[in-house]
Amino acid sequence: MKLAIVVQRYGADINGGAELHARYIAERLARHAQVEVLTTCAADYVTWKNSLPAGEETVNGIRVRRFRVSRERSPIEFGRRSAHVFERPHSLADELAWLRSEGPTSPALVRYLSRHADDWDFVLFVSYRYYHAWHGARAVASKAILVPTAERDPAVALPMFGPVFRGVRGIMYNSFEERALIQAVSANADIPGVVVGVGSEVPERPVPRRFRQKHNISGPFAIYVGRIDENKGCAELFSHFQQYARTFTDGLSLVLIGNALLPVPSHPRIRHLGFLPDEDKFDAIAAADLLVMPSYYESLSMVALEAWALGKPVLANGKCDVLRGQCIRSSAGLYYESYAEFAEATYALEASGPLNSVLGSNGREYFRQHYSWPVIERKYLEMLERLTHENQAGVSRRLEPWPGWLARRRQDLRPAREILAAVPSGPATNAQPARESRAPELRAQDVRSSNEERSANAPRRPPEARGPRHQGRRWHRSTRSSRH
Amino acid sequence: MSDFQIRSDGVDVEQIMRQIRSRIREKRGADYTEQEIRELATAKLEKFLDPSGVRSDLLEHFRRAHAAQQTSDPPMNYVFEDTTLFESPRPALRFIRNLLKPVLRLFFNYNRLSHVLHQQVIANTQLHGHEARRKTLDALYYEVMHNLVLETTRLGIEVTNLRMRLESISSRLDFDERRARALEGVVQYRPGVIAAASQQPAPSPQPSAQGQPGQGQQPGQAADAGLAERRSRRRRRRGRRRGQGHAGSQGSPGSLGSQGSSGSQGSSNFESPENPNPENQENPENPENPENPENDEVS
Repeated sequence: MKLAIVVQRYGADINGGAELHARYIAERLARHAQVEVLTTCAADYVTWKNSLPAGEETVNGIRVRRFRVSRERSPIEFGRRSAHVFERPHSLADELAWLRSEGPTSPALVRYLSRHADDWDFVLFVSYRYYHAWHGARAVASKAILVPTAERDPAVALPMFGPVFRGVRGIMYNSFEERALIQAVSANADIPGVVVGVGSEVPERPVPRRFRQKHNISGPFAIYVGRIDENKGCAELFSHFQQYARTFTDGLSLVLIGNALLPVPSHPRIRHLGFLPDEDKFDAIAAADLLVMPSYYESLSMVALEAWALGKPVLANGKCDVLRGQCIRSSAGLYYESYAEFAEATYALEASGPLNSVLGSNGREYFRQHYSWPVIERKYLEMLERLTHENQAGVSRRLEPWPGWLARRRQDLRPAREILAAVPSGPATNAQPARESRAPELRAQDVRSSNEERSANAPRRPPEARGPRHQGRRWHRSTRSSRH
Repeated sequence: MSDFQIRSDGVDVEQIMRQIRSRIREKRGADYTEQEIRELATAKLEKFLDPSGVRSDLLEHFRRAHAAQQTSDPPMNYVFEDTTLFESPRPALRFIRNLLKPVLRLFFNYNRLSHVLHQQVIANTQLHGHEARRKTLDALYYEVMHNLVLETTRLGIEVTNLRMRLESISSRLDFDERRARALEGVVQYRPGVIAAASQQPAPSPQPSAQGQPGQGQQPGQAADAGLAERRSRRRRRRGRRRGQGHAGSQGSPGSLGSQGSSGSQGSSNFESPENPNPENQENPENPENPENPENDEVS
């Protein structure tokens, strides 16, 4: 089997969440298929500046093709267009302009995809919201598998993404909350999808003592790993922790690992260590008492999974549906939505050894059951096998036709934030849908019979019972503004 | 912050969060819900009720306004009498005006005009008087406000300090309590300790006629008696191990048990799940108890 993975950036030293996700998946799937990565020459996710040479190279044994980005991102223009499509009634043309301003705009990559579509059996697109994924999925829709890495931000509710979510062959979700969100905004429940996530290269035996000695850290501490940014909830974390430290004068410290885009407060119990290599990072997590994840928006927190893999409990921001859902499903973490809850939960994890250890062991088990590499690989392979069966059965999908020139310019789309606000939030309680739990051979039959069944039954059933595809059309109409 | 009851691996995170939230509600007391507090905030009552809402630059504003008032010119006033309209420094002109007064009266009633202007002068004079008195009072207000702001600031700082001290003390107390419980838990759950506890000197054999544990003894005496009993029992065991003794020769095993009162006092809070009924462990007549001399003999 030949696979292509298309991602906005790629490299051994590129550590963005989706990019790392793509690299791990590429390296793992390379054991079962012939994998090629298509990406851009960009290394900086803010400007998409061409900093890597175009052409072919090999990264950890994977062949990588890089294509130049035709224009760098202008943050001012992107901000202006984002405000327009998120906050005001707009047109599809506005959304396309927003996508171009977001980047990484690489028409060469999309051209290569459409010219060489026959070279691969399937093409995996990582991160739905970027130029490469939207145009690429449209170019090779019959082979496109989407790894959306979607968060609950207004972009996911932009109507332009609906046809892509409904038109690809399969979707590899990161979490149940992500699936619920995408299905709610695009009504694509009939698209084959599976909640997979991603594993991690967690060392079997990290050395906590080595970390403590190297960085001269003693005593209990909570750890945060990731970009230190206001968007990641770090400002709120600092505020909460400083208040907590005032209340509990002796106790937990806060250790931060990652590049800081936000000034780290000068506090005797807050240590910022900057960006650390993976070995140090895992030693640090193993040495910590708990991991803090203050982020409001996550599609899947790999750091939280790594902490669970190392048997550490997680204290997450309860406003993030994904993190909260994962804490509940894993029984391996607590969450907070206010300072009072932060203080109580932190104190519970700090002071109650039995609670900490039980949550940690639950986390280890949760990771082993759902996010260990054999599980992830099996889910990917099952999906690929299922889609191959569909190919053999003659099932094909087409993207919905794109509106004409005039229709694209009609200013009748509701603001994305308004659409998103109407989508139910909260952790997903229905964790395993019936379709996923069925055997692969039954799924192929399912797909074969589904078209006939749909055509036979649909006209007689009421709209609510017709399935999400029809509800999706209703939703699509609902995205149109009534003002025009 | 009290302890969580984690007694099994089946941890329910949502239940723990419910416990946390209920504890937060308990701490806050039954005064206001979050929603009520928000409603109060929207009513902007805190501007009047919350001393921290006092503007720190209030005095500065007041001083600036006061200085501006001082530098501004005092309001003008004038004198107006019945004759003012026809006055003139030149006597000739004054004479002609008086001469033509009857003619002027044909055109309009100048008496009315004079009267109104005269009343205005009186009103202006009264207003100036009020203004002067207000300025005197303003100085007093300034002083009172100055003192109030200072005192409020001082009180606010003191309240914050006291609150922090209180939180610190209560947290330390909670931490100590929890640490004590955790230590108890560690002792309880350690299997080695449980084994050691079960191997601790068990109740010494006493004639059943001596009654129940501690009867007729003070606690200290009971402890001493227990210690002596343990020593004597060790001596008896050593004797038996030397091969001299036989199972039945050292007295009736049924006489064990009464000395255990001192030991059992120390372990009365023992709640290990591995040892649901401590009395069974303590009871020397229990065949599973290693302290039972019968078992000792058998082994």
